[in-house]
Amino acid sequence: MSTDTPDATADDTGDTTESETPSRAELAARVEELEASLAAVTEDDDQKKMSIIATKGTLDMAYPPLILASTAAAFGYDVTVFHTFWGLDILHEERSKDLKLSSVGNPNMPVPNAVAALPGMDRMTTKMMEKKIADNDTATIEELIETSLDMGVEFQACQMTIELMDYDEEDFYDDVTTGVGAATALQDMADADIQLLV
Amino acid sequence: MSEAYDIAETLDVKGASCPMPVVKTKAAIDDLAAGEILEVLATDSGSMSDIEGWAAGTDGVELVDQQDGADVYTHYVRKTE
Repeated sequence: MSTDTPDATADDTGDTTESETPSRAELAARVEELEASLAAVTEDDDQKKMSIIATKGTLDMAYPPLILASTAAAFGYDVTVFHTFWGLDILHEERSKDLKLSSVGNPNMPVPNAVAALPGMDRMTTKMMEKKIADNDTATIEELIETSLDMGVEFQACQMTIELMDYDEEDFYDDVTTGVGAATALQDMADADIQLLV
Repeated sequence: MSEAYDIAETLDVKGASCPMPVVKTKAAIDDLAAGEILEVLATDSGSMSDIEGWAAGTDGVELVDQQDGADVYTHYVRKTE
């Protein structure tokens, strides 16, 4: 065995076909082909992408998708935020200015659930939060949406839930994409480097 | 303080908090020419880490210096391309 030439070894390992001993020209062609497909792949991957699905419409849960979207845009990412169910309220021009904070079911709130469930409590906790936001110079939801749009973030409003919630396409900020569904979101997620469900 | 750098533009984001210092820095950098330096004045203590991270993760920019002053954090960012 040890005296076998490399060609003979190749013969021993199985059926010999011509492709196992390609010519120089064949190898060169194959390398060229692989280099071309590698170039195509790396070209596509050059652009970083982020896809966020925003499903919540409370004041506290509206912030994370918008902060991450605008920050990712600053990093040069192509960002898509797909809004569905209560997440639609973030893009709703009127409702976005009046998002509420719920005190029920949040054990970090300074009031017990039994008290938090009383009428008017959500209004009170929302006012408290809005005051904190203003005192802290934290950007408002409206500012974050405008900034994100300026930076090229694409906001999408899920068509099925627009109809489910009885909203109108004109209710949303200008430049919000409507007429899109789960397949669009899935495609964005498949192409993205970062995918988040908020 | 700042005379060490040849500053093309100064961005004042004092008072603004996350994510605005980074987002506005990016917008201001876009208006500069390659090689120019942007000075950013911020009061958000998170801006030290955030602008450093942003500069490291973003093509075409380079963090030149950061200064932790008494009340104001000063950042110097160069547009490289």
